Amino acid sequence: MKDLSITFMGVRFPNPFCLSSSPVGNCYDMCAKAYESGWGGVVFKTIGPKHYLIDEVSPRFDALAKEGAPFVGFKNMEQIAEHSLEENLSDLRRLKQAYPDRVLIASIMGSNEEDWEELARLVTEAGADMIELNFSCPQMTSHAMGSDVGSNPELCRKYCQAVKRGTHLPFMAKMTPNITDMCVPALASIEGGASGIAAINTVKSIINVDLNAKVGLPIIDGKSSISGYSGKAVKPIALRFLQQMRSHPDLKDVEFSGIGGIETWVDAAEFILLGAKTLQVTTAIMQYGYRIVEDLCEGLSFYMEEQGVDSLEELVGLANQNIIPAEELNRDYIVYPEIDRSRCVGCGRCVISCYDGAHQAMMWDEETRRPHCEKEKCVGCLLCGLVCPVSAITLGERKLKPNRPETDLDRIQLQNNFDKIR
Amino acid sequence: MAKIHFDEERAAFTPILAMEEASRCLLCLDAPCSKMCPAGTDPAQFIRSLRFKNVKGAAKTIRENNPLGGVCARVCPTEHYCEQGCSRSGIDRPIDIARLQRYATDMEAAFGLELVKPGPSNGKKVAVVGGGPAGLTAAAMLARSGCQVTVFEKQGKAGGYCRYGIPSYRLPEAVLDQEIAHIEALGVKISHFAPANEVDELRKHYDAVVVADGLGEAKTLPLFEDNPYTMTAIDFLAKAKQGEIPDVRHVLVIGGGDVAMDVATTCKKAGIEQVSDVVYETLSEFKASKAELEGARNAGVSIYDGFVPSGVKKNVVTFLHRKAEITMTLEADLIVLAVGQQRLPSQLGEPTDRDNIFYCGDIVEGDKTVVCAVKTGKEAAARALAYLGGDQQ
Repeated sequence: MKDLSITFMGVRFPNPFCLSSSPVGNCYDMCAKAYESGWGGVVFKTIGPKHYLIDEVSPRFDALAKEGAPFVGFKNMEQIAEHSLEENLSDLRRLKQAYPDRVLIASIMGSNEEDWEELARLVTEAGADMIELNFSCPQMTSHAMGSDVGSNPELCRKYCQAVKRGTHLPFMAKMTPNITDMCVPALASIEGGASGIAAINTVKSIINVDLNAKVGLPIIDGKSSISGYSGKAVKPIALRFLQQMRSHPDLKDVEFSGIGGIETWVDAAEFILLGAKTLQVTTAIMQYGYRIVEDLCEGLSFYMEEQGVDSLEELVGLANQNIIPAEELNRDYIVYPEIDRSRCVGCGRCVISCYDGAHQAMMWDEETRRPHCEKEKCVGCLLCGLVCPVSAITLGERKLKPNRPETDLDRIQLQNNFDKIR
Repeated sequence: MAKIHFDEERAAFTPILAMEEASRCLLCLDAPCSKMCPAGTDPAQFIRSLRFKNVKGAAKTIRENNPLGGVCARVCPTEHYCEQGCSRSGIDRPIDIARLQRYATDMEAAFGLELVKPGPSNGKKVAVVGGGPAGLTAAAMLARSGCQVTVFEKQGKAGGYCRYGIPSYRLPEAVLDQEIAHIEALGVKISHFAPANEVDELRKHYDAVVVADGLGEAKTLPLFEDNPYTMTAIDFLAKAKQGEIPDVRHVLVIGGGDVAMDVATTCKKAGIEQVSDVVYETLSEFKASKAELEGARNAGVSIYDGFVPSGVKKNVVTFLHRKAEITMTLEADLIVLAVGQQRLPSQLGEPTDRDNIFYCGDIVEGDKTVVCAVKTGKEAAARALAYLGGDQQ
């Protein structure tokens, strides 16, 4: 196994995988089990001020399914830690004593500057290694807390300054995706004293509506609310925000903790390549348990081996430079699909999708029940390759569009294949 | 005689499993499955409906085409039909179309759907002789076109071989009852009074007559004539459906089709110690469907392939192998012959359409399967309607 350790905001993590502040890190026993299972760090469930009482609904979750996959996305109505402030601080203390080599991150949330400063001081005293500022929970019952703060850069700055007064520890601000430009609150937080950004928290959502009761799910006494959406389905949104912040010149020295739909080491590696140094997970743990960290770590280690790197740091942000504005992409050539007839099973899905969703170039031979591409019509969109269930369609012949500068098309870098499963 | 009841053996899909199986379907451009059902079922259409959560639509696709969709879902040797062409086989294994059809028709029952309606009356009266799958199908199709249909069934209940032959671990009677109830809801009357037993008499009283009187008589082998240890598969299965299984230790079944497998498997399931099935065909030529053969093997039936009986002395039978010099002697308490069926002597005429008389089911050419009975039943109904000048289904 490769050494997966990494330094994030000045603290050494044995591996980059952390519980995110959520139901999965709600008490000492849970966090202890997570550490025992191999998680490098824990972001303890967000601790609120003494005066803010938590009162949860029942039931409080729902899941979006697609075909046989029951957890494409997940909706959560739970707020911050429901235990008393004393209990939470005591759990932090015990965790740090029992697991001194693991990273303990305290997540906090106040409703005014005094709260933030006080909470920062208390969790620092309790032994946390760093602090995460929850500016982003979308289902709080107070508008002075949660994602309403994260979409207000002034509040972000002010509360970071308050935290700075209460602690010497490094701290990061956790961003809400319920905003157009995440760079604005991120910059404000950095200006306020944060040294890192965690992104993303959950997306405001209604994921299912009961067609008979005519109310969203979960149903609480005949009603429901908008609340946070997470899981695999939000990964692309998280990666986009991460990329945008990483490519902002004023955020180039900031460190990032990636959150959003991480289930496998592949997801994790994607976040790392786009600039995350640590990774936080909740939904996949809620579905599968802490044990998933075994395959996250091992898978990432094998990937490092394949890539020939000995330190995770070497991989951080390698993809950022390759995400460029659409107007800068090379539009001079077309790549045609190439059909591997030995793999083709003759389902004709490429023909259906090409006709109904693209440019009517994929033709069907009814006798042989096999497709072929008519290049005069093909625009090289490769939708056919994406829908093929056996990955029989790959990138074939390259052609320069008319009246474009001569280029050596053999030197153009293309993707390897359209395999949906690694 | 032990009284025994069998529950349906094959587990149904749960909604999640049905969705997973429907998701395995490649949703082909020119789905081969839909071209291969003798009864014209369109699996590509109903599987796509299941995949897009239109369960009622899936049931409708099946039901509109096949009044015995729930029966076919359970007894059809689909590996010879729809599943044979499945494109998914190119990846791993065909879609379990039969079980998806069962899921859709089970949901139809669970929702209490009435998906087909009787057509507006066309004033025509049609008699259907025989309430087996072909007769029931013809009756349903005729009623949907507005005919007033009476099915004449000599047995206590309609269903034919589905009722009195196919074991209940494959086809629970409740499923058949439900399908027949759907057909009766179309206005079809099932009469247990014998009609005039001459076809010329019948055709005078009805605008058209559909004859589907089936192959009700078991064939035998000359060697076993008057042998007191021998009974026919049809008799055996009819009794077994009543829960009556002979109390013996060794049963010898002769025959290699689905009927033979049903007899042998039923015996094992009833706890009979030794069940030997001797088959004329060698394994590669077997007539029984894959599922039936597998069922018999799993139940513990000893199968001897490629043998013909050469001599019988009381309950001891000697066999010779067809292709190798092997002689085999088996002693059994009971010998069951499953060597095919033929039509009972009938006054209902040779099975060739003439005037206003139309024939269908096992008595006409084609596979002797329920799905082919459905096919020929539909065809006979269409011919009758064409003759009557009504709508063709």
